[in-house]
Order: sequence, then C-alpha cells, then structure tokens
Amino acid sequence: MFEFKLPDLGEGIHEGEILKWHVAEGQTIGEDEPLVDIETDKAAVTIPSPRGGRVVRLGGAEGDTVAVGQVIAVIDDGAEAEAPAAEAEPAATPAGPAAGPGPAAPEEPAAAPAAPTPPVRPARRVAAAPATRRLARELGVDLASIPGTGPGGRITADDVRRAAAGGGPAPQAAGGPSPPPEGEPITGTTAGIPFLEIEPLPDFAQLGPVEREPVRSIRRKVARRMTTSMILVPHVALLEDCDVTELERFRREERTRREGEPGGRLSLLPFVVKAVTHCLAEFPMFNASLDPARGEIIYKKFYNVGFAADTPRGLVVPVVRGTDARSVVEISAEIIRLAEAARDGRIDAADFQGGTFTITNIGPLGGKGLIPTINYPESAILGMGRAAPQAVVRDGEIVVRTILPLTLAFDHRIADGADAARFMSRLVGLLSRPLSWLVEA
Amino acid sequence: MVMGSLGQETDLLVIGAGPGGYVAALRAADLGREVILVEERDLLGGVCLIEGCIPSKALIHAVEVAHLARESERLGVIGGGVTIDIDKLRRHKQQTVRALTSGVRSLLDNRNVEVVRGRARFTGPGEVRLEGADVASIRFRHAIIATGSHGARLPFGDDLPLWGSREALELPEVPKSLLVIGGGYIGLELGFVYAGLGSKVTVVEMLPQLLTGADPDLAAVVARRAAKRFDDVLLEARVEKVTKTKTGFSVTIAHGGETKRRTFGQVLVAVGRTPNTGDLGLDAAGITLDEHGRIPVDEACRTSVPGIFAIGDVTPGPMLAHRASRQAKVAAEVIAGHPAAFDNVAIPGVVFTEPELSWVGITEQEAREQDLAVRVGRFPLSALGRARAMGSTEGMVKVIADAESGLVLGVGIVGPHASDLISEGALAIEMGATLEDLAVTIHPHPTLSEALMEAAEVALGSVVHLARRPT
Ligand SMILES: Cc1cc2nc3c(=O)[nH]c(=O)nc-3n(C[C@H](O)[C@H](O)[C@H](O)COP(=O)(O)OP(=O)(O)OC[C@H]3O[C@@H](n4cnc5c(N)ncnc54)[C@H](O)[C@@H]3O)c2cc1C
Repeated sequence: MFEFKLPDLGEGIHEGEILKWHVAEGQTIGEDEPLVDIETDKAAVTIPSPRGGRVVRLGGAEGDTVAVGQVIAVIDDGAEAEAPAAEAEPAATPAGPAAGPGPAAPEEPAAAPAAPTPPVRPARRVAAAPATRRLARELGVDLASIPGTGPGGRITADDVRRAAAGGGPAPQAAGGPSPPPEGEPITGTTAGIPFLEIEPLPDFAQLGPVEREPVRSIRRKVARRMTTSMILVPHVALLEDCDVTELERFRREERTRREGEPGGRLSLLPFVVKAVTHCLAEFPMFNASLDPARGEIIYKKFYNVGFAADTPRGLVVPVVRGTDARSVVEISAEIIRLAEAARDGRIDAADFQGGTFTITNIGPLGGKGLIPTINYPESAILGMGRAAPQAVVRDGEIVVRTILPLTLAFDHRIADGADAARFMSRLVGLLSRPLSWLVEA
Repeated sequence: MVMGSLGQETDLLVIGAGPGGYVAALRAADLGREVILVEERDLLGGVCLIEGCIPSKALIHAVEVAHLARESERLGVIGGGVTIDIDKLRRHKQQTVRALTSGVRSLLDNRNVEVVRGRARFTGPGEVRLEGADVASIRFRHAIIATGSHGARLPFGDDLPLWGSREALELPEVPKSLLVIGGGYIGLELGFVYAGLGSKVTVVEMLPQLLTGADPDLAAVVARRAAKRFDDVLLEARVEKVTKTKTGFSVTIAHGGETKRRTFGQVLVAVGRTPNTGDLGLDAAGITLDEHGRIPVDEACRTSVPGIFAIGDVTPGPMLAHRASRQAKVAAEVIAGHPAAFDNVAIPGVVFTEPELSWVGITEQEAREQDLAVRVGRFPLSALGRARAMGSTEGMVKVIADAESGLVLGVGIVGPHASDLISEGALAIEMGATLEDLAVTIHPHPTLSEALMEAAEVALGSVVHLARRPT
C-alpha cells in the first residue's frame, strides 16, 4: 500500500486545488500515468502517479484544496504498508473556522433528562494551546496543515510562526494587518484602522438575478496581494507621455528584418523592459523592498522584471530574469515563451517568482493609460498605455507623433516624487531617442 | 408623540442578559462598540444568576454544611441537633442573587451599556420591535441572540401546580415527600437539596443510568449515595399520569413492566431545557432553527444571517453558563474585528451532587464507542492522604489519554470538590498536555489535586502510591 503525498510544487506553494482526477477509486493506474491535475496559485500541473497499482482512495474531491504533504491518493501496489505516519493526518481535524454549525454536542435539549454533555472529538486532534490557536488565526495559518514539534505532536507558537514566515505574501513580517482566515466571509469591522468599517453586503438578489462564484486560485491570489499592497503601501503615481515615434519606426524595421528569428516578433515591451532595467540601476529605490520589521530598505542588485499577462484563468505576472544581462531580442524571446506558457497554463511556478519590478502593458487591449497597483513587496510598477499617433506641439508647430502614455506608481516610503520624476525623465529619454542607446546603454 | 414611531439605532444589540448576553455586552463595550442590551426581566443575570447556577449552589452549600456537621462523628465532631432554618436560608439565597445581579448592573453602567427593559422580537434582519418598553424598536448593525432556555414541560399536567427548577429554588416549603421527574444534573442536585432539608425524595428516570452522559463508573458513586439519601430511585421508569389530590399529587409510574400509583406532597419536573427561540420572530430575521429548535452557528458564533450572532443555550451544545460566557467573548470580539473563534476543545461538565461529579473532554465510554486507542488511568480517593484525613474516601479521578502520544483527551472526577478540581483537566486538554506533563508537575501535598497527578502516573504505568499488580 503506497500513500502518495502531494509533492512540493515549487517555492512558496503550500497548497493547490484539485482540478480533475484522471482515475477513479478502484481503478488501476500505471506508474507515471497522469493521476491528477492540480491548480496552484500560479499554474496548473498534471501530477503523474509514482507507483502503479489499484487506486484505493483519493484524498479529495474536484474543487477541494489540498496541502503539500497531504495524502492525495492511496495506491495498492502490492507492497507492505509503510510505517504509519507519525503526525496526524492533516485533513482530519481542520482547525480553521468550520462552515457548519459550531461545536457538535448533540444534547437533546428538551427530551433527555441528561447531564450536560461535553463535546466529542477524535482521539487524534490538532493539539495546540489556546494562545497558539489564536496566533494561528491571526497569522492565517491552518493548524491542520502544519506539523507540531512539541511533545505528543503539540504545535508550538514557534511552529506557527515558522509556517507563517514560509507562506504567502507574509504580511505579518511587514507588520501589517493579517488577512482573515481562509474562506471566512468578511463582515464587521477591521481592527486597528480607525473608521475602516466593512459593512455587510446588501442582498443583491433582492434587486435582480445574481450568480455566486467562489474566489479561488489565481483570483484569490490577486485579491490578497492587491489588498495587501493597497493597505500597506502608500502609493504615488507619476504620469508622463513618451514620444516613441522613432523607436516605433525602428522596432517595425527590426521586426520585419528578424522575422522567424527567436524573439524576432518584437513588441514595444522588451524595449521598455530593457530601458527600465537601465533606469533601475541608476535609481535603486525602484528596485527595492521595505522591511519594516527591521526598519531597513533592501536594495536588490539583480534585475528581474515581471510583466502582467492576461490569461484565460486570470492575471499572472511571469518574470524575465537577469534583464541587465540580456539583449532586447533575448528579452523578447523570453517574454514570448513565458506569455505562451502562461496562457496554456503550463508555466513553472518558478517563473512567477523573484520579480523585482513589474510592468503592466494594458495598451494593446485598449485604455489611454492606467494607474497600476504595486506588485507587493516590490517598490514600483510601470503602466504602459496605448502607443498611438497624437497631435503634439514641437517647436511651436503641431505635428503628429506616436505617443506612449507611461505611469510610474511607487512606494512613497522608499522613494520621493523627485526620484520618480528623474527616473521617468531618464526612461523617456531612452525610449524617445533609441539611437542614444548606441552611445550609453 | 406616537409610541410606535419611537425608534433607536445601535451598532450592537444584545438580546438577553444572562451569562451569555451580559458578558457579550461588557466585552463589546470594552472593545469600543456602542451597545444596547435588551432584557425582559427586571433583574439582570439570566437563568444562571436568578434561578439556576447561583441560587442552587447557595442551597446546596447549606445542605452540605449541615450534612458534614451531622455526619462527622467519626472525626469526633458531635453535631447534635443540626437543623436548617429555611427562612434564613431563603434570605441568604435572595441576598446572594441580589448582590450579584446588582453587580452586573453596575458593570454595565460603568461601561455605558444602555440597558432597555422589554421583550425583543425581530421584524427583519436589521430590526427588532420591543414589547413592554419605552423604546418601540431598535435598528442594529450587529445583534447577538442570547435568550437562553426554559425548563421543558411534561406532555401533561400543564394545569397542575407542579414545580419546575425555578419554583423549587424559591424554597416555598419543604414538602414531606417529593417526586423528582428526571435523573439529570438539575433533578439530582435539587433532589439532594430537598433530601437534606428533610423531604422523602423519589427520583424517576427514563434511562437506565442517572446522569446519562457521564461515565457509568463515575455516575455509580453518585447513584450509591442517592440510594442512601433518597427514598427511592426508579430507573427505566416513566411517569404516565399526575393528578392533584387534597394534600398533594397522585402519580402513575410505569416501571419494570408494572404500573404503580404513589402519592407525593410535591412533584418537581426536571426533564431538560428548551431553547427560547420560539417567539423571537426569527423567521422575519431569516434565521432557520435546527430540529431541536436551536440556532445553528459557526465557530465565530455567526448565524446564517450576516451581522446576527447567537450564543448560549439557544445554540447547539451543552447548556452551560460557562460555555455561554466564552461564546459571548468570541462573538463580541468577532464583531469588533478580532480573529476570535470558539475553538475550545473542552467544555467541563459539573454536577453539584453528593459527592460532586465533573468531567471534561472525552469520556471513557465515548472513547470505547468510537474505538479510539486510549490509555486510562484511575486513582481512587481511598489511596489519597488528604481524602482519608477528611473522611471522604468515596470517589476517584480518572484520566483518558491517546494511547500513542499520551495527549490528555479527557478527565473525570467524582468526589469532594470535583467541580473545582476539573479546571486543571480542562487546561491540560486545551494546552495539549501529555500524561507526563501532568505526572511531573508538582502537586501540593496533601491535597485532593494530587489525585490527577497520580491518575496520570497510573496511565503511564509508574504509580508508586498503589500496590503493583502481579506481572
Ligand atoms: C437549576 C439550574 C441549575 C443550573 N446550574 C448550572 C451550573 O451549575 N453550571 C452551569 O454552567 N450552568 C448551570 N445551569 C445552566 C445555566 O443557567 C444556563 O446554561 C445559562 O444561564 C445560559 O445562559 P444564557 O445567557 O444562554 O441564557 P439565560 O441565562 O437563560 O438568559 C437569557 C435571558 O434572556 C432573556 N430573554 C429571553 N427572551 C427574551 C426576549 N425576547 N427579549 C428580551 N429578553 C429575553 C431572559 O429573560 C433571560 O434573562 C443551571 C440551570 C438551571 C435551571
């Protein structure tokens, strides 16, 4: 009998949602045959069965969330049972708020002349002191999914802190408010922020037909990260128009010339990535993160530029690594590869990690410009509007030029408006005079 | 001004001023909420303070003291004619209740909680109407339902002047003979009180055991004492009919295949409690009850209607004051935006009989029924120095732990002060303590508290204060 535990799906990923089982209980499966499709916060992956045999039990239904290390399938491979796992089966006693009615103590209130009945629990329970349980709620840690290091498998406060530090966008490290426990509807008020009161939603169904859909997966990740960013980071945005007439002319030529080459399908984005990288080296406050716990600013000496990609499953931000060491056409090739992989849902989780700056290019889809939200914990984000011909005044004359509206939103704790103005003017300088790159970039 | 139009608005409305409601109001006020507390009685404190835990314990204590005085001849105490003056006792009980309810009042005043006297009824998910109050209606952003429970009635005898626990606690008289219908904790506690006051007490219980829910070996100790103190204890028996006679009641009891008729001076009905949810307008609020008339809630004490919470006896779970108060704090904190949850794993059950009985966490019986692999350690009070010195050796402490990890899962106690001793068990379970934690913690000698440490050692197989079994 082989217990297959959900394997490590990449750094920072602790759980996934079961999209689809490829087998049913009772069926047989061959070694390395597809077992299950799991969607994580970042991507969908197909996990093959590490053993062949009869599937005795599946550890969840489609739509369920399973934790890394949780048994997702029991396969009868003819071998002896493995030594019983020492720790309690994570799914057995969820410690998070249960959806159903509270403590189940089926006392007959009227009929039974019985003494009061304390509630019943399984022998194997998540053992943690009340204060530790509260800490877990505060840090959004699911006690059922972490191992306890104390005697008898007791979960200590340190265990909880460790789990919290390793997981998610760790807002607790930044000293910010912690997200509400998973799946818990937000009503009432949020502590700590004066005047912030979240009123219960009106009953929209009274007004017209509605449909409800659970917030899952990518949507949940985006919601969390954007909320964290908006609540935690004082945003300021600087807007500028950039004349890309020459760059566009040059880009079109190059694109035609390089047709069929890897990365030859040049868009404006790789040029902007390259120029931004150049500016980041000169203005390190836009390639930084604030560590409020230690009262320090962390300047990153590496350049990984993420770009927002719209996929059928929602917004994702693949990261182009080491943009300082790559040419524009190499960056272009990487962007094309990542965008396609993201669209098809077969991108590696690692490709979403380690970004130091993000660019969001809404232009091709429409919109004159946008004021983006910083991709926490980065310190700035660049929004690109649509590059389009516009009437502008040059030397007292009205001329038609191709104008790209740019917005730099930045963390005002780390940088000031003057820094942003200098960054922007440098960026505009590079993009509007591409030949200057010959001289300096 | 038209009375009907007189409306008020508040952030938090608490309905019912029992140990659920008043605690919720205090906590929420401390957390900066604007609170209105509605209570239909003139006294605050609910069943617990006015006609439950507190008055019953006042009477039980008096009876216990008298017993000790009468029965300590072995210790050289010659009690002589110890008697109880029931007028004085009643006054003591009333003073106790009055002091505590006015204490609740001043705590509420102290925090500027507005207390409105009246009966609340929901007219929608955000509003209640009040009957018998100066305020006609209250609109709220959050509400906590804490309306408690009342004694369940028999299917017959509504027209007869039978006692419920409330009447019995009034101490109107000491009947010559008293029939107690129901062998649960309320029936037995009051049975011991009246037996101690001089009534001839008969207890009728439908089930095969007194104190159903408690482990049979613990309940048996109380049952033995009951057999001594009471005239009769009829198990698996059912009262079929009660009629009024000139001096009392004539009662038909089905027991052991035959039907008996007996007469009693008074009859006390203690057959469980029914949640006060019937006349609250919960339909209008959009709340659906479970099949027992209780309000389902989640771990945060939220009902299915956003903004409305429920705590205490109206919610599923043991009907106990300490559960209500804990839920109260959870609900108030959740409303104030804190990540609180009723995640307690252990709610102690306490029975103030003679001797006292208490347990917390899983019972041995439940462990067996669920086929759990457990280790049980039992320590008899007869092996404990302090119990011997007190001359109270009837009873035991037992601890139930997970066989593999040694995590403490349950504790049961029967004996003197069991109600006070159980808290250590509750703490052990909540903390995730193991048998070893209990065994190596120094317990002061000579005390009754040593028994839990010894029981843990028994479970670990290392006890020195008991004879070793031949191996
Ligand atoms: C004889 C006896 C002994 C007991 N002994 C113990 C014990 O030793 N230990 C223990 O833990 N528990 C004991 N209990 C149980 C305990 O009393 C209850 O569990 C506890 O009181 C429940 O608290 P609560 O706040 O839910 O409701 P309650 O205490 O019942 O309070 C509810 C309040 O709401 C008010 N109310 C109801 N409806 C409305 C309305 N529509 N509008 C306005 N006000 C309303 C009522 O007047 C009441 O004051 C005992 C009970 C009895 C009867």
